[in-house]
Order: sequence, then structure tokens, then C-alpha cells
Amino acid sequence: MPIEVISSGILTTIQDLGRPGYYHLGIPIGGAMDRMALRSANLLVGNPEGAAGLEAVFMGPELEFTEAATVAVCGADLPPKVNGDIRPVWSAFPVEPGDVLSFDFLRSGARAYIAVSGGIATPPALGSRSTYAIGALGGIEGRAVQSGDSLPLGPGKATGRAGKEIPEALRRSPGSPTELRMLSGLYWHRITEDSQQAFFQDTWKVANEADRMGYRFQGGRATEFVQREQPFGAGSDPSNITDACYPYGSVQVPSGTEPIILHRDAVSGGGYFMIGTIISADMDFIGQLQPNTPTRFVHVTMDDALKARAERNTNLAAVREALA
Amino acid sequence: MSCRYTFGGDEHLFVEVDEAMSLEAFFVSLAITNAVREARIIGVTEICPANASFQIKFDPDLIHPDRLLGTIKEMEAGTGMAESKLDTRIIEIPVLYQDPWTTETLMRFRERHQDPNSTDIEFAARINGYDSVESFIRAHSGAPWFVSMVGFVSGLPFLFQMVDRKRQIEVPKYLRPRTDTPKLTVGYGGCFSCIYSVRGAGGYQMFGITPMPIYDPEQKVSYLRDFMVFFRPGDIVKWKPIGREEYDAAVAEVEAGGFEPRIRDVTFDLAAFNADIDGTNAQLMEALNAN
Repeated sequence: MPIEVISSGILTTIQDLGRPGYYHLGIPIGGAMDRMALRSANLLVGNPEGAAGLEAVFMGPELEFTEAATVAVCGADLPPKVNGDIRPVWSAFPVEPGDVLSFDFLRSGARAYIAVSGGIATPPALGSRSTYAIGALGGIEGRAVQSGDSLPLGPGKATGRAGKEIPEALRRSPGSPTELRMLSGLYWHRITEDSQQAFFQDTWKVANEADRMGYRFQGGRATEFVQREQPFGAGSDPSNITDACYPYGSVQVPSGTEPIILHRDAVSGGGYFMIGTIISADMDFIGQLQPNTPTRFVHVTMDDALKARAERNTNLAAVREALA
Repeated sequence: MSCRYTFGGDEHLFVEVDEAMSLEAFFVSLAITNAVREARIIGVTEICPANASFQIKFDPDLIHPDRLLGTIKEMEAGTGMAESKLDTRIIEIPVLYQDPWTTETLMRFRERHQDPNSTDIEFAARINGYDSVESFIRAHSGAPWFVSMVGFVSGLPFLFQMVDRKRQIEVPKYLRPRTDTPKLTVGYGGCFSCIYSVRGAGGYQMFGITPMPIYDPEQKVSYLRDFMVFFRPGDIVKWKPIGREEYDAAVAEVEAGGFEPRIRDVTFDLAAFNADIDGTNAQLMEALNAN
């Protein structure tokens, strides 16, 4: 028995943990931008961590349930309401047939993850239900959720975990002021030492162009390039390279002005140079940044990156244990 | 040619074979990435060859970045130019140059272009020293092209023309990228041609459009039923200029499910190609046109 979509919010998409294995063909991994939030929501309702849920940006959808289920909302502080009554975020709560799930105004963060027991059971594409709208893959006929859609649910225990919550200390969210850790590299040598320092000294702001493909930043100083004759095939702008692969999290600076961090729906390659890559432990945070959020980039080493990754893994293990 | 190794965060190893584009650099990238794929290294999750570089995605919980780096460096030393021979296929792609749809689109974005007073193809012909658009089209469609990378979005091929460097066409990208490009636009940026697999943003100059789908997530197109992406690195392409009537007929054939691209199996040998470029290309054309 499906969930009926009364209204879809601003942009609500079906996401799981993505479709690895096709990046070499320009099809990105996709999936939840804030992976820890989706995993947490799924664990709360008794789903496998990678079950498909909804990723709602800034504003929640309005959903009518036609069967009893357990629901959890994690990530952004976007308070859920059942028939108008507020429910806590980061917690599992029951819904009954005929109940309407809606949302209050966003208090913090940018993306809320809504998990429902059983998981959303739309047909997978290339092994994933994640919506990749550019390539018309996954989701509902390759697109975002619209009002009038019916979202099928997989078989799941209806009330298995209602009442459980993620302990507050284990709820990861970007700090304030926001700091994103970056391992320099790739084409870092293409900019002058002064520009290298300026990049980490300046406070940047999230621009309006911030979506699943990438987050653009403004407000820092433009980069200056080390002089060179452009290599054959690269193109004439000093920020051009012979088209190459783009790592997830890589920071490109087209024309040396506004850095863009590529995220889960990254373009797989192109002709702009990159100065480094946001470490894997901080990727989830980017999906929770609203436009205009002041952001600093922090220079780290590979050892720091691996340590941060281990801390994140420990955090996930603690979430699993708390809900076991 | 010695590779430059650099990490893209804690999950990617990025390897630049050469700063400049060449078939030699592409073949090194292809040889090493093939060796990495065959080695089935635990912790390696994605292998992405590119024009003159490649990228390996890995899980640092399973393999330490330094150990992966050492392994790939050993593979670079071991491969050399061993795989400069390639069993591949040549495909004929029909192109309607100067079509109404890309022309309408390029007129909408004129203020983002280097030369607002001419079309993309007029601009490209002029800055590459051709006396007319017609002679430019003859050059673009005369010699075949090598697919040296698949990516950006959804199966988009980057193509490098199989001619010596002084005959390579080079154009800049738009000053600011367009927010729209028709699906199946034949584009050009730097030394690369491309086919936009889906409608969307783009910065390459637009020369024409092909009626032949190259990406089909629904897998309804007859030759995309097995897999939704048509191109793979190493494919060879020959553009075939067509007129509007032929274009419309091909589109109708695609819709009816009857369009079959002309494809022939060929072997490409980089050393033989370098020794005699025009001769090698003539043989490729012979293979393409054989029944």
C-alpha cells in the first residue's frame, strides 16, 4: 500500500546510498548527500541502512499514509508533524492509515531524510533507486517526486522501532562557523603561494548555485595562476586543463574566481583545474549548508583525513549500537 | 612520459600521464587502467580512464592510500607501451551541421561567446584558418576520431581527431557556459569534439546535431537494449555529413525502432598509425565501408 504525495515541497527526491560503478561512463554515484542522516533514519525505522528514503530540500513534502508504518526524519532540523502534531527529529514515530505527515519550517540545515519502514520500493536503475535527474535515472521515471505521485513501500515491520532515538551526541551536523577540511593536491601547483594561503585565510559564503551536483562559494579572493604556456588540448584560459576526471568532493575554480565543490551527482570530468578535495568525513556536512553560510576551508594532511574518517566510522558504529 | 601522482582526498588517486593531449598519453592511460582492472585490487572501487590521465577510486578502510600508490606505480613501470594495439570498432555517426536547433540555441547565448557576430562554426572555421564553413566541415568530417574519454554526464564521448597536430582543430570554450544545449549536439572545445548525450548546460562550441541516440535510460533504442550507454573509450568515429531530409528520415527510423548505426570491428595499431596516418585512416574507412 503506497504513500500518496499531497505536495512535494521544493525539491524532494528518492535517494539511497547510490549506484557505484558507472562513474567511468559519466553516471555519478548519487544517493543521499548526507549519508549519515539517511543511515540513521533507516536504522530508526528498522530498515537496512541503504534503503531508499526521501531527501527533502529546505521544505518538507506532505504525505498521506495508506497503511501503518514507522517513520523517522534525520539530518536538517525540519520538524515533522503527524495530523498537525509535532514529532521530534532523529526519532522513530508511528503513523496509521489515513495519517498525514507534513513539516514545520526549517530551523537549521538544508536537507531532511525521511525514512519509512519497508523503504520506498520504486524500481531500481543500475542497482539503485537514487534519483539522478540529469540522466533521467532512478526515482519516479527518472525525476523528483511530484504531487499526485504514489510511493510504493517494500515489506517491513510496521511498528518495530517507534520510540527509539539517535542520542544527541551522535547527531552529526556542520559546526558554526562551518569548516570544511581539504586535502590540497590535483592541480594545486597551478596557483601562486599567495593564492594558496588566501584560499584558507578567506571566509567564503555558499552561493545560490548549490545543488546535488555541486556547491559554489563566493566572497574570497580570486586565485592567481603560475604563468605557463597552456598545454596542447587544454584550452586558452589558465584555469583550463586537458579534460580529466573529477574526484567527488574536488574543488574546481573556473577562471580562478568561485570555487565549486562537486558532490554526489558530480559531473565525472571536464576541463577545469582543481586545487584539492574535501575529505570524505566532511562530505555529508556540505549537503546541510544553506546559501550564504559563512565557510572556511581548513588544510589537512592525508593522516588527518584518515583519522577523521575513522572518527566518522566510530560514530556510525555507535549509532548502530545505540539502536541494536 | 612519466606520470604525476596526486591524491583527490582520501578516496581518489589521480594520475596525470601528460599535461597535453596525445594518443600516446591516452594509450598509456588505457594500458595502466586495464592492468589495474585485471589485477582486481581489494579496495579499488572505480577505475576511470580519461584523455591523458586517469582516476582510481578506493576505499581507504580496505587499502591504505600509500599502498595503493605503490601498487599503481609498479603497474606503470610494468605496462610501458605494451598495449598500443587495440581491438575496437569504427562507427559512422550522421551529423546535420548548422542545424536549426543548435543555431537557435547559440543565438540565444550570443553574449556569452567570443564572437557575438558570427555563429560557432563560422568562428571556429575562421580562427582555424579555413576559408569557408564548407571546407571546415570537410576537415571535421574527413578524418576519423578516437573516443579518448567517456564522461562529464551520462555517456558523453570526448573525441580526438586522428590527424597530426598541425591539422588538429582547436577552439576555446564559451566565455561563460550556456545553461542549455540541445540533446545530441555535436560540440567542440579545446582539441576535443563531443556529443551531448542529454540536454543541459555546456560550454563547448556547437556545430551540429546527430539523429543517433547515444544514451537511453529506458533502453528502448534497439542498439542500447543491452546497455544504456553507447560509447566506450577506444571507439573510433567517422562523422557523416547529412542533409535535413536524411536527418528527418533517420529520426523517424530511430522512433520506429529500425535505426541501426553502421559499425565494423577493426584493429588499431598506434605505431602503424604514427608511421602512416593517412594510410591507416584510409584502411579504417575501407573497413567501415565494407559490407
